[in-house]
This record gives sequence, structure tokens and C-alpha cells, in this order.
Amino acid sequence: MGIVTLTIDNREVKAEEGMTVLEAARGAGIEIPTLCWHEKLKPYTVCRICVVDVDARGWTSLDTACSRPVKEGLVVRTRSAKIDRIRKTILELLLAHAPDSPKLREYASEYGADRDRFEKDPSFCIDCGLCVRYCAEVKKKNAVGFVDRGIRREICFVPEVALRECNGCKECFPLCPTSYLQAAFVLVQALTAPAQPEKP
Amino acid sequence: MDIKGIDKIIEKHGGVAGLLIQVLLEIQGENHWLPKEALERVSERLRVPMSRIQHIATFYKAFSLVPKGRHEVHVCTGTSCHVRGASRILDAVKDHTGIEPGETDVDSKFSVETVNCLGCCALGPLLVVNGKTHGRLSPAEASEVMKKYG
Amino acid sequence: MARLNSPEDLEKLRQEVLSRNDPKRPCISICAGTGCIACGAAGVVSAFEEDLRRQGLGDKADVKRTGCHGFCEQGPAVVVHPDGVFYARVKPEDVPEIVSRTIKEKKVVERLLYVDPATGQRVVHESEIQFFEKQKRLVLGSNSRIDPGSIEDYLAVGGYSALVKVLRTMSPEKVISDIKESGLRGRSGSGFPAGRKWEACRNAEGETKYVICNCHEGDPGAFVDRMMMEANPHLVLEGMIIGAYSMAAHDGYIFVGGEFPLTVENVGIAIRQAEEHGLLGQNILGSGFDFTVRLSIDGGSYVCGESTALMASMDGRVGEPIRKYDHATERGLRARPTVLNNLQTWANVPLIINQGVERYRSIGTSGSKGTKVFSLTGAVVNTGMVEVPMGATLKEIVFDIGGGVRGGGKFKALQVGGPLGGFVPENQLNLKVDFDELGKAGLSMGPSLVVMDENACIVDTVKYFVTFLSDESCGKCTPCREVFRQILKVLNRISGGRGREGDIELLKELSDVQRDATLCALGQGAPSPIDSALAHFRDEFEAHIGEKRCPAGVCRGLSAAGPR
Repeated sequence: MGIVTLTIDNREVKAEEGMTVLEAARGAGIEIPTLCWHEKLKPYTVCRICVVDVDARGWTSLDTACSRPVKEGLVVRTRSAKIDRIRKTILELLLAHAPDSPKLREYASEYGADRDRFEKDPSFCIDCGLCVRYCAEVKKKNAVGFVDRGIRREICFVPEVALRECNGCKECFPLCPTSYLQAAFVLVQALTAPAQPEKP
Repeated sequence: MDIKGIDKIIEKHGGVAGLLIQVLLEIQGENHWLPKEALERVSERLRVPMSRIQHIATFYKAFSLVPKGRHEVHVCTGTSCHVRGASRILDAVKDHTGIEPGETDVDSKFSVETVNCLGCCALGPLLVVNGKTHGRLSPAEASEVMKKYG
Repeated sequence: MARLNSPEDLEKLRQEVLSRNDPKRPCISICAGTGCIACGAAGVVSAFEEDLRRQGLGDKADVKRTGCHGFCEQGPAVVVHPDGVFYARVKPEDVPEIVSRTIKEKKVVERLLYVDPATGQRVVHESEIQFFEKQKRLVLGSNSRIDPGSIEDYLAVGGYSALVKVLRTMSPEKVISDIKESGLRGRSGSGFPAGRKWEACRNAEGETKYVICNCHEGDPGAFVDRMMMEANPHLVLEGMIIGAYSMAAHDGYIFVGGEFPLTVENVGIAIRQAEEHGLLGQNILGSGFDFTVRLSIDGGSYVCGESTALMASMDGRVGEPIRKYDHATERGLRARPTVLNNLQTWANVPLIINQGVERYRSIGTSGSKGTKVFSLTGAVVNTGMVEVPMGATLKEIVFDIGGGVRGGGKFKALQVGGPLGGFVPENQLNLKVDFDELGKAGLSMGPSLVVMDENACIVDTVKYFVTFLSDESCGKCTPCREVFRQILKVLNRISGGRGREGDIELLKELSDVQRDATLCALGQGAPSPIDSALAHFRDEFEAHIGEKRCPAGVCRGLSAAGPR
């Protein structure tokens, strides 16, 4: 593996080829916020909160730090007025769903996001997909998946698989940035539990 | 649709997981909806997890997880029909059937869907019932059309 | 059918077909495209067949069931060749008269002729109708002479002669350099030079390469892809075979929307016929080149028009766009080098080869060559499918070809490019059909042009697009999904008379985030209708918000005059 040198926030950073900008930045102690990223999972690039400004030989664009491969000479800026505005808006949009998520609130205070900016729509799920991907990629059980699309997209357990696999695992529970996953699981359990025998 | 019929479709596509959507479309086409047993069979034979099938079956508009009504109503809500008043035609259909697009009524009489463009914009606004096109409609005419189907 | 083993075999078959066709023999060509079928074309076809039999003319005239001629407004359209007499809105009960008068007596049935609304004159021939006269129908021109189910009809109009030319005289490199020189740009909107794509794919490493024809067209109110494919599928196949030959690709796919049953059927028949004739499969026309084409049917999703979503869908996965750092020409479908072109792009290839680069380049503007096909719909006199040279103005399309606003109404806007496009006000109708000029104006070269008159509300139409996109987005990426959710709330309250001060600014702010931060072209393009609506029709938003009034009288709960 070769070593490349890139610039992140005016600092020269060395990174191994094949690493992402996010890994390189964190390795150098530069913090970039993430919600859908997890070290054991493939980059998913959906929460978009890790967007950074990337300049590759004069070609500037916003890209997700969690997916962007490092390259020799890359110039990265992790903060700018535009980036901060994007992060703030994303947080405000998600806080409408999960106003009490500790992670969202922590970032909100850093980016000045107003928790009450948008009308509450407490679905509690922020569609980060950590549970779905952890179950598929790490546990290879596929007990939980997505359903539907657009603004109706949500996570959903596959009841048969969940009943068989989840009680002994529950490794995804602590990954959930909100409390939604556990609630969804309890619901599936309740709906699919064998009926109580009737009393004589 | 029995397991044999499903297996036939799977075999026609060589049991290839990459052709999952083609297999589901064919089951939908023959059976008009995707029963759970069918999805489980496809999952088992193509070795595709149920979670993925569940997502695909709810992601694409062609699939239905409930049986369709006896009369399938499609209201074109393409841009051209929209600017010609399709939303009022849709209202007439909703009023008559008591259901929203994507739904089937409790008596399984009607299923209502909106479609993006039926390719006959000159006839817009229009609705199609059981494959028959009724074009250049006013909302009142749309109600009349619906009454013919009960 | 015997397999054709050489270009000479094919030319021999063409001569046979042509010699069987008596140019003086009457041929009744009936438009039986999806639009005309909905108007009852099938009944007209069978009425002709029955009546010819009844009048003992069964062997004196042919009945041809063709794909879309383009003039949907006047469907079902019937053209009687060889004179080219055009009858509009023909009903089965009109048929006996056409047979006795036109076929038997060679006279015209006056009452069924098209009447030019401007002059009140009856027009006899298709070519004299202003709707057709002002077009340049390079791609669509043959439609009325082709039964899409007959490869012989395609051969009779010179079909597969470009393939013959390529196999006989051109190296793959020469094909690519010709396509590059022709200036052909992808017709799907972004206008990427087709030849450069092909070259990149040819140069990419790997044995397995794919070519894909995108005939998905999820746009609401667009029907160009499906109609073209449905009417003349061999033209697209020929373009694909030539492309595949130039890139040494052996597997092709046509990705087509499942909502278009006639398109699926006609392409399926065309592929089978091409295989039977040795134009697809192993050793095409004895050249040693192998190429197969398969159909891949979409389950119904707009976002699958995005290339990575399209390829995921073709591979049995959910059609969600993904962030990629390789070009599809290096790692596309199943991680193999892939060229994805829209079917209009493929359909132009045989024309370029046949006419030669110079002639093709002579049509269009400096940056955009050839012609472009649009569906022209909405509040326009002549709804239909039109083909114009690049460089034609939007005004020419709407007023000269389209005949202006229907019902004598006042023009408000032309919606260009569908849900990711924008609104063009009257004072900008001089914009030319040109990738760069439309791009600069914030529009895209989408397949649809929708005319809006004073009865249409801009706020309502923007809401319509946002509603559409919020359902059709895959929903995985936060700024796309959540911005749609919030913008929809804002637009609902504006159109419901509950708009607040600051709502316009909020729309702008949210759109900016969506454009800047989303993953794919759907979210990045979604702000376009909002931007152009606010740029040109801000007053309508203000009337809704400030005066609680919908000037067009469309938004429910609001009147045109405002609250009393």
C-alpha cells in the first residue's frame, strides 16, 4: 500500500491508499460528523452530514468524506459557511423526527441547529440504515430491511427471521441513534408472538 | 398461483438472482399480486434474503402485496393531464370508490392507481378501467364512467 | 426464415421485398400507436380488413398497422398510400366510405380531411399539414410506412443498410471516429458526446462489455421513448449492433418500462426477428461478430432513469443510486465496462452511418447536431410527437408546429424537461433547442414539452412536481427525502391559503441544501422547477401567500379573486 499526502483544513495529512477522506481526517485528529457511517460497514453516503469540500486538481466539489478515496494532492476543507449551513439544515430536518436523539443534539449544539425549526414529525427513525446494514453485512442475517421509497421509506423487520435471530443478538440496538429500532422490534415481537392459550 | 407455477417462472429465468425483478414482474403479471408464499419461494430458490424482496416489492410501483379489485382503475396524472385537470378526475374516482390511489376497497371491487403517462396525452384528462380508455373527460363524465362499473 | 449469412444475402432479401412491393398498390396505413389505440385504432384496422374483404378488394390493397405517426391530436390517423391522403380522427363507421371512394374510385373523402384551423382549408396530404411541414423527421419519418412487427417493412425503407456498410467497409475505430465527428450527443438530457463514451468503453480493459439502451422514460407526461421504440424497434437495434461492434461488446440490454406493454411486445418481436435473420446472435451476417440483446423490464420507478440505479435494478437490486468514483465505461453493469445511451441516441446512429458525417453535421447548431424528438402536450392545439432540427426555437415548436394554445387561451409557460426541468415564460420562447443554450437557462433537454395556459397555476404545478418526486425519490439520502417532506408542507400551505411570510425564502433555502448536498441527479435537479417558477412567476406565489388568491383559480379553497 502506498502512502499519499493530502491537505485537510490546511494541514498536510499522510494516509494509506485505499483509505477514505474521513479515515484520513480522523487519523489526524480532525473531526467530521457522521450519522450513517460505521467502521465495520461499507460507506453508505446517505446522511450527507459528512460532506466536505474537495479540490482535485482545481476541480472543486462537495463530496461525502465517508466515501471519497484519498488521493495524492487532494485539498479538503471540512468546514465552510456552505458546509455548516448544510449540516445545520440536515440536523434540523432530522430533529423533526427524533428530537431527543443524543447524537443529533450533540451535533446540533455544535452547528447551531434549532431543534424546533420544523414541525415535529416524530417517526423517530432517521433512515441511517445502520441496523439494516449491520444485520446484512456483519451478521448476515437480514432480519431487518427497508420498505417503500421516497418520503415513505422506513425500516421494517422480517418477522420470521427476527423471531428466530434477534433475541439472541440485538447487536444493532446500541447502533441506533434514536430509540426507534427497539420500539420497532418490540412491536414485531408483539404482533407475531404466538397467541396465549385460552383459559379453560 | 401454486408453487409449480412460481417454480416455472423461476426456471424460465435460469434461477439467476440478478433476474429477481424480472421474476417478480412475471408473477405479478400472471397472478395480479404477490402473495407471501410466492415471495418466500422466490427467496428460497434464488437465495435472496426476504428483506431485499420486501424492499423491492414495496419500492416498485408494478408490485402489489394485496389482491387487486375486480375493476382496475388507472387515472393518468402525467403533467399534460395534470394541467388539463386530472386531479379533479381523480377526485371523482376517489369519491366513487371511497379509496385512495394504491388501494383496493374492502369488497375487492375497485383498485385505483395513478399512472405517470399513458402515452395518449391528446385524450387527456383520462382514465382507464380494465384496459379501456375513457378520454377527454370532465369530472362529471368521469363519475358517469365509474357508475357503469358499479 | 432462412438466416442471412452475409451482407449480400441481406441486400438480396431487400431486393426481393422491394420487388414484391408494387409502388402503385394502395396501402392503408393506420396509426396504431398507444395513443391512437386508446382512440379506437384497433377497431379501425379491423373495419378496413373486413370492408376490403366485403367489397372484394382483399387482394387489391394492403392494410398496415403502424406505430405512432406523431399527430396524436387527430388520431386515429389513416394515411392512404401511394398518394399519401391523410384522414383524421377516423371511426370504424367511416371506413366503408374510404374504401369505396378512395381505394375504388381514387377520390378523396372531403369530410374526413384535416382542416387547418388557421385557414379553415381542408388539407389532403400529410406533408402539407403545418404540423408535419415544419418538422424535420429524420428519425420518425418512416414510422407511417412500417409495421413494427415486420422486419421486411424496415428493410423496404433501407433498414440495416448502415449495418451492412459498417460490416463491409468500416473498422470499429472508424465507426467510433465517425460518431465522434458527427457531434452526436446523448439525447437523455445531459448531452454527453456519444463517441467519447464509446471510445472509453472500447479502450477499457475486460473481455465482457455491455451496451444498454435506456427506454425507461419515467417522466410524467412524456411518451417519446416508448412511442419511438414501439413504432420502429429495428432502427434502435441497428444502432445498438453498430455501437456494440465498435466497442467489441457482445451483450446488449434494452431497459424498458413495464408500464408500456405494446413497447415491450414490439421490441420482443423485433429481437426475435433479428435473431432469426442472423442480425443478432452468433456471427452476424457472417462477419464473425457476436451480439445478443435481451430485454430488461423496469418495475416502475422514476429514479431508475439514473444510471447507477438503472444498473442496480437490472441486476435484481433495489433501484437506488450509489456514489461511484469510476465511470460506467470502466465499471458499469456488474462492474464491467458499459455504455448506456438513450434510445434516441441509438436511433441516430444508422442515420449518421448512412448519410455520412458531413451531412449529419449540417443539421443543427454548432454544439448540438441532428434532430431532437419531443412529446408536445398540455394546453396546445396539436398534441403529438414532434421532431425538430437542433436550433429550432421553442416558439416555433409551440406555435408553428403545435398550433399555439388550444381553445384560444393565453400562453403562460412552457414546461421543459419534466420534474427536473423548468418553466419558460413567453418572453424567453426564443430559446433554441440546443444542449448548451437550454443548460445555461437552467433547463434540460428532457423528452417533454408541456404547454401551460392561463388556466394552469404555477404554484400548483410546482407542487405537482414535488409531490411526484417525493414519491419517486428512492428516499435513502437525507437532504433529498427530508427536504421534499418539508417543501411539500410549505407548498401545501401556500396552495391552501395558509402561506406565511418567509415561505418563499424557506423554499429557496431548502432547495439550495437539496441541490448542494444530495447524492444523485434527482435531488440535485429537483430544485429546478422551484427556481424557475420563482424567477419568472414569483408574483403567483406572492398572490397565494399575501392575497390568499390563486390567479388561475386552480388551488382549492382559494378563489381567483381572493377572499372577500
